[in-house]
Amino acid sequence: MPDDTLNVSHFLVTGDPLIYGADVSIVVVSIAIVAVLTYYRKWGWLWREWLTTVDHKKIGIMYMIAALLMLFRGGVDALLMRTQLAFPNMRFLKAEHYNQIFTTHGTIMILFMAMPFIFAMMNIAIPLMIGARDVAFPYLNAISFWMFFFGAMLFNLSFVIGGSPDAGWTSYPPLAESEFNLGPGENYYLLALQISGIGSIATGINFFVTILKMRAPGMTLMRMPLFCWAVLATSVLIIFAFPVLTVALALLLIDRIAGAHFFTMLGGGNPMMYINMFWIWGHPEVYIVVLPAFGIFSEVVATFSGKRIFGYASMVASLMAIAVISYFTWLHHFFTMGAGPGVNSFFALSTMIIAIPTGVKIFNWLATMYNGRVRVTVPMKWALGFIPNFAVGGATGVMLSVAPADYQYHNSYFLIAHFHQTLIGGVVFGMLAGMYYWWPKMFGFLLEERYANWGFWWFNIGFYVCFIPQYLLGFMGMTRRIYTYPTGMGWSTLNLISTIGAFMMGLGFLFIAAGIVYSIFYGERDTTGDPWNGRTLEWSLPSPAPHYNFARIPVVTSRDAWWTMKEERKQGVLPPGRDELRPIHMPKNSGRPFILSLSFFVAGFGLVFHWYILTVIGFAAVAACLLLRSFDYDTDSYIPVDEIKKTEASYGRS
Amino acid sequence: MSMMEEKVPGHTGRSEGGNWPWMHIIGFVISILLTLIALRLVLAHAMGPAGLFVTIMVLAVLQILVQLFFFMHILEGGGPRWHLWMLTLGFIFVFTIIAGSIWIMTFGAESY
Ligand code: HEM
Ligand SMILES: [Cu+2]
Repeated sequence: MPDDTLNVSHFLVTGDPLIYGADVSIVVVSIAIVAVLTYYRKWGWLWREWLTTVDHKKIGIMYMIAALLMLFRGGVDALLMRTQLAFPNMRFLKAEHYNQIFTTHGTIMILFMAMPFIFAMMNIAIPLMIGARDVAFPYLNAISFWMFFFGAMLFNLSFVIGGSPDAGWTSYPPLAESEFNLGPGENYYLLALQISGIGSIATGINFFVTILKMRAPGMTLMRMPLFCWAVLATSVLIIFAFPVLTVALALLLIDRIAGAHFFTMLGGGNPMMYINMFWIWGHPEVYIVVLPAFGIFSEVVATFSGKRIFGYASMVASLMAIAVISYFTWLHHFFTMGAGPGVNSFFALSTMIIAIPTGVKIFNWLATMYNGRVRVTVPMKWALGFIPNFAVGGATGVMLSVAPADYQYHNSYFLIAHFHQTLIGGVVFGMLAGMYYWWPKMFGFLLEERYANWGFWWFNIGFYVCFIPQYLLGFMGMTRRIYTYPTGMGWSTLNLISTIGAFMMGLGFLFIAAGIVYSIFYGERDTTGDPWNGRTLEWSLPSPAPHYNFARIPVVTSRDAWWTMKEERKQGVLPPGRDELRPIHMPKNSGRPFILSLSFFVAGFGLVFHWYILTVIGFAAVAACLLLRSFDYDTDSYIPVDEIKKTEASYGRS
Repeated sequence: MSMMEEKVPGHTGRSEGGNWPWMHIIGFVISILLTLIALRLVLAHAMGPAGLFVTIMVLAVLQILVQLFFFMHILEGGGPRWHLWMLTLGFIFVFTIIAGSIWIMTFGAESY
């Protein structure tokens, strides 16, 4: 068992100028935030409007802000790594520091950027699309967000307190065991993922139930927008995949903290079981993050082609097929572990099969655009950029799935290029498309186009400049996770090009961010609620949607419900007589999700340093929050008709 | 398909108050017991590897049943039977995970 004693120089990470820089900026930013909030007397506003909210729209916005911040932090990590690799024998980062950076980069990008970004889009769009007033369990939704938030905080804290984890985002034992990895970094990794994982599972359940149970009358499953289908598939995957990660991490934590031997080299443990379990979660996870992106592309492509999506039923079928098959492919991440030819052949085949439904979707998007009146708006640009990108990512995936060939590609820069192509070209492009598409619905104004275009082109071209050379480097034998390389390997030019591409992407991100700031002041207001001439129900509402979303729950008669309503209105078909307004039953805000998650954070922080008293205090507070909720009967209230009328009138509606 | 007129977010409708949740308590005790038995058997090396393996599997299946009947109220509820679909899918996945893991972790014990 690791030594429990600690001293200050252990506790605060010292001796590295980058980290001192981070210390200073964290302190400065925190002071600035506190000062601004105090000066403008915004503490009450922050608490009432945001920290205690159970409104899916606001929770979605908070997820999105967090995801963008984490994209920034992960991006800075990436640029540091690329700088170190720009030239042979660089002396910019030390080996240990490089290890920590690729570990935090990977973990943050998958779990604290991609995950919250998909949750953001789900929260913002799903209830509006299916004609509901909120998700099925709004209070649980708030818990999910704060668990994610405090998990991410715990993870980021490791940078300045105690030291970051450095065993890779996959955190394989035996390296991640306490024999080889004393420091608290690995504990941070395990606990942060565990805490945010609870939130993710709850979100999966929440959206599964929401989509099945909260649809407006007339919206049958086959009338749902494709984004809803994509989120349904993702929720199913979350529900079944995350518990496996929870178990794997818990066993590793027990090894580290209580000296068990599940995955150690000695004492009967088997580290390979961890690898097995990690990828039982890990492969479905890549589809958890990419399916919602597919859903967004389907909405964007249909809207901006002015057509219904081509092959709706085959789109649904391929989503579901991907969701199920992705559960049967996990071993392709460790073909080289040596499980034998029978095993490798089975998983190679199942992996290749998954490319088929993916291909079906690509052809359907193309067919939707074919003969459509395509409007190349910003969200559409990201969708168009995605298609060639993902075609290459999918093709290299199939190359990797050939088990004997994977002995060459595995853990080389070829693999790195493959998964960045699918994760950036698929997930990041998809989420940015969604962000630009739904931004007016979230905030009531559009994002300015010029900055957005600059952002798109720098990011998109930079992407190819950065990652195509990495495929070649992989073929030339450059392995992943090396912090430097000698001259004379023939890698120098390609690495330099790749680094230049990375900085181009960084510039693209800055344009995107600058565009957001610019638009906050000068963005075009969305007064109609339907700036894109949309097809689905969220565009029938004013922007931003009122707290209760729908004053009257719409009745759905077809797919692309809002489009049909607009067509009928044009043809003079009057909407059926409308019901009287009735008081709307809504959940009340609560501060408990925040406090509950904060308590988890305290308990987690205690465990990281083996401070068991703190842990006990944290868990006691968790238990208290749960108990209080069980006896809380005052959880909801009615919005009176007068107030609804007033709100609707303020939007010019009745 | 029955589609309720008014769907209230987060409102689950509480069951009649006052009833002591006996089912939950019994289920909780049984599930803890099943776990403790498994732990005890392993710690005490009570049987050979094959025996332990089979016993733990049996305990695990019992555990699933306890969860389904005592906590998830598998027999209750109206409307479309989504839970049956999910349950079937869940069983397929659980089977895949366990059978797959066993197969993988034999490491070429199969003949070439
Ligand atoms: C056509 C579909 C795809 C196929 C056939 C495929 C195949 C593969 C294979 C065989 C590997 C293992 C390579 C190795 O470790 O040597 C791999 C790795 C990976 N793939 Fe894919 N893939 C596909 C789509 C995706 C998608 C959609 C994503 C994410 C959104 C993704 C993310 C990843 C990641 C993150 C890794 C490596 C993780 C690591 O080792 O750290 N892949 N893929
Ligand atoms: Cu995979």
